[in-house]
Parts: sequence; C-alpha cells; structure tokens
Amino acid sequence: MRTLALIRRIMLQLLRDKRTMALLFFAPLIVLTLMYFFFNGESEDPRLAVVGGSEPLITAMENASIDVVSYDAADNQTIISDNLAGLLEIKDGSFQVVLENNDPSTSRALLMKITQIAAMQGGGNAPSIETEYIFGDEDTAFFDVLGPILVGFFVFFFVFLISGIGLLKERVSGTLERLLATPIRRWEIVVAYLTGFGIFAIIQTIIVVFYSIQVLDMIMIGQVWHVIIVNLMLALVALSLGILLSTFASSEFQMVQFIPIVVIPQIFFAGIIPLEGMADWLQNLSRIMPLYYAADSLKAIMYRGEGLSDISGQPAGSRCFCGGVYLYEHHCFEALPKIIKVFQLSAFVDSFFMGLWG
Amino acid sequence: MNNSISINNLSKAYGKAGVLKKVDLQIAEGEIFGLIGPSGSGKTTLVKMIVGIESATNGTVEVLGKRVPNLTLLENIGYMAQEDALYPELTGKENLSFFASLYKMKKANLKDRIAYAADLVELTDELGKKVAAYSGGMKRRLSLAIALVHDPQILILDEPTVGIDPELRISIWRELMTLKKEQGKTIIVTTHVMDEAEKCDRIAMVREGGILAVGTPDELKTTYGAADLEEVFLQAGRDAR
Repeated sequence: MRTLALIRRIMLQLLRDKRTMALLFFAPLIVLTLMYFFFNGESEDPRLAVVGGSEPLITAMENASIDVVSYDAADNQTIISDNLAGLLEIKDGSFQVVLENNDPSTSRALLMKITQIAAMQGGGNAPSIETEYIFGDEDTAFFDVLGPILVGFFVFFFVFLISGIGLLKERVSGTLERLLATPIRRWEIVVAYLTGFGIFAIIQTIIVVFYSIQVLDMIMIGQVWHVIIVNLMLALVALSLGILLSTFASSEFQMVQFIPIVVIPQIFFAGIIPLEGMADWLQNLSRIMPLYYAADSLKAIMYRGEGLSDISGQPAGSRCFCGGVYLYEHHCFEALPKIIKVFQLSAFVDSFFMGLWG
Repeated sequence: MNNSISINNLSKAYGKAGVLKKVDLQIAEGEIFGLIGPSGSGKTTLVKMIVGIESATNGTVEVLGKRVPNLTLLENIGYMAQEDALYPELTGKENLSFFASLYKMKKANLKDRIAYAADLVELTDELGKKVAAYSGGMKRRLSLAIALVHDPQILILDEPTVGIDPELRISIWRELMTLKKEQGKTIIVTTHVMDEAEKCDRIAMVREGGILAVGTPDELKTTYGAADLEEVFLQAGRDAR
C-alpha cells in the first residue's frame, strides 16, 4: 500500500508538470521528424565542369546523375566562383580532375563515378586519371569537416546551459531580487553577466580550439584568432539565448528540458548532414539557426582557410534570429514581474555586439 | 519629528487580486516601526514597495523626501528579505563583501563595516565557512549583517528573527535599540510575534491588505480596552468587519 501511495504521488507530480509531460511525449516526435527529413533528403546532383568532353561521355555522366556544365576553358577559380563540385579536363585522352572537396563524401562519390565512366568509355583500357583537390586532399576524413562544426557546437551548448542555469539560480534563490534592493543598475547586472560568463566562454573556446588542432590534429588552414572570434560571437548568442530561456524555466530540470527542443535541432541544421538537396523549408529554417552560421564560418576558416572578411555576410541571418528573440523577449517581459525586465537590456547589449560582428 | 517614510493611498494588485488596499502610513525618523499581521496579510508586499523592488498599482511612497523607486535612495536603505538571499557556494565573508561592494564605500571603511556587522550577529568565527554549511539561524543572521553592512539610515527587516534562538533574538533587539538611540536610525520590522511588537515604538496592524490600526502599543491597548496586543489585534479585526 505504501508503494501504491508512492506511485500515486509520482504520477500526480508528473501530471501537474505539464511541460515535462509535453516533453516526454512530443519532444521525441519532433526530433524524430527532423531526423527523418534530414536523412531522407534527396542528395543533390553534383555539378561538374567538363572541358573537352565528347558527346557520349557527357551523356554517360548525365545518366549517372552528374549535373554536367560544359566549359571551353576553366580553372580552379571557376569551381569556386561558379559553385561547382569539380572540374574535369580531358586532354589527349588523359583525364585531369580537380575536386572542390568541401564535402569529402560528395567528392569521393563523384570521383568514383568519373572513374567508372572513364573505364567504360575507354573500353577496357582505362585512361589515366590525375586528381587534384582544392580543399584538403584524398585523405580528408569526415571528421576534418565535422570538427569545426563540433567545436562551435560545444561552445554553444555549454555556454547556453551554464549561463541559463546561472541566472535561473539567481532568480529562484531570491538573490536577483535582493540585488535590486541595492543601488546596482540593471545594465550593470547585464554587463556583469555577459562579462562573467563571457570570460569562461573565452577560456573554453581557447582550450577546445587548441586541443582540436594540436592534439586531435584537426585541419586548420585559416587563422586561429579568427576561429576564436567566431566562437566568441557564438558564445554571446548562446549566452543571450540561455538567459532568455532561463526566464521561462522554474527549475534546473526545466532548463535541461530545453536541450532537445533548442539545442539538438541546431546540430542537424549546422551542416553535419549536407543541407543542399534538403526540402526548401528545411533549408530556410536553417537560415535562422545561429549554429548554422557559426558552423559555416568555422568550416570556412579552418577547412577552406578563408578569413573573417570572407564570411562577414554570415551573421546577418543570425542577427535576424536574435532580433526575433528580442522581440519575443520584449513581449514576454511586459507580462512578467519587474525583476525579469532586467534582461530586456541584454537585447540592446547583444544587438550591439552583433552589430560589430556584421 | 520629521517623517522618514510617507506612504499615500498605496494600492497593489496582481491581476484582479488586490494585495494592498489604499494604505496610508507615516513613519517618523528614528523610530522602530512594527508591521504586525498574519502571513499573507500583505506585510512583505508593503515592505518591498517601500524598498522599490515592487511597483505600485496606485499611490506613492516617499522615503527621505524622495519618490520611490530611486537608485540613490537605496544607498540609505538596508533591506533584509524574508527568504535568505545568499550565495551558498561563497563563504559568509565573500557574501558580505560582495553586497558591501555594491555600495559607495571607502576600502578601509568597508573592512571595518564587515567586521562590525559580523560581530553584531555573532558570526565572526564562522565567516570563513561556505554558506551552504550554515544552519537556518546562521543564514538569517548573515542576511541581517548584509542589511547593516553599508551603514544605512533606514533599516527594513522582513521577519528578521524567524529561526533565531531566543538568546540571539534578545541580543539582536538590544542592538536594534542601540542603532536607533545612538545613530538615530529608522527601523521597520515585520513580525507576527506579539512580544516583539511590544518592543516597537509604534506599530501598524496589517490584515488582508489594509491597516487596521496604528499607534504605540500602549495607545492601542487603551483604545481597544485590551490587556495585550493579541487581544487588540482580534478586537480590531472584528471591528473592521
């Protein structure tokens, strides 16, 4: 009977916590649906520039679902400027292939198809194929591309969780209210939060970046400090998001519940699975995910060796996201007690930083 | 005597539920003023509105001639909340010096004040311990020390002696008397313990968001023809209906 009483109490408690119930039953559906769309996405045909290809060769390639673009002359620059997966130049029967290799698995599949078609066309006596890579080389592993994304992800994840829980504790324990009974100004609290957690975000970023590059030998062509700057910006976004969502949580447990809702979808959108070829609405959705921009920027710096000036267009989308967050934040704060209004100000502070980034 | 705090026609409602209804109250400089009433009567809300962390739906609060809320005013107010708002990961001393450093104070003065406040609540030997290891009474005492540490002109204490043993309670009240007499501080105390109410210069009886009666303990007893404050409270409550 005592056990029964306990069972009853546990069920009653869970039933009272509507949010936990919703999470328990619906969060898996959301995540599963997302995964369904991501893993079932049609992969887009790779675009290949062909110089000096014969008619049957091109037809054979198109039958093998390669999007062939014929050029009279092309070089490595053409690949990047025209957003191609590779370039095939045929001179005196020998094949020269240049692969962009932004996504190693796409490159590998493309190269395999070219080799097969070349062998078939050659009729048993296969022409020699020379292969060059713009980014990385034939040994580029999936992890080299994944690495930069993961670096960004961990910074985002931990800063989000720690800052959110930090503010939550301050609010729930009553110390936030107690602080407002002292002459401290609201913006001083916000700046202190950003700086206090920001310092730890910097340290974390530096440790993660150096470990990845020095110990795990992650590919790193660009400048380290560019990586750190991008991660810092990402940390700021995570900080404001964590602080915002903490105002909707009444316990640490409820804060953790935001992980499957807010954090996990971002991983899918960050480009671990190539987004090209996904449904349009999924691609559009990725445009409002901060991690998408950060991951793309990090990949550009670490893998493709681009600089900050090349990627400065990226944050615009992220800013839209923040703008949305702040509008919502503003709306919510109208209804919430005065103490929480403190964090309206974080909107302006963050917008300022975001402005610097763009 | 000058009015230290002046409350005019103050109302507070959360949604439709009125918590305070048209409260008028004048608190003089240098007096110990008690707010007496059962829990849920609106004492805490009233106190928070005097500090300025809760906004008024209607009416005004003036402290030292300035309209609340006012940040500079907070330099002169020491507030002790009903729930201990402390950082359990930090030591008692770290808590004290954190709150002290939010006020305008000279470094040397700060050290003295911390030592004084800790000594007053008999926590000097425990200052190095983390607050997580404190007992309920110790946390209460630390909260009181924090309210005192910046030497404010006005002390607002929300149930300061809950969970504190009788001996320390007596010594805290003795100290409050001294603060009043020697430094002329204005002290507002909420309590639901009637024998503490006896120690106040004047008291206001709060019930269901309104003030039933205001006066010195003796005045109230005479008015209601009662032997003790408990009886006054019951009598006043009946009259209000």
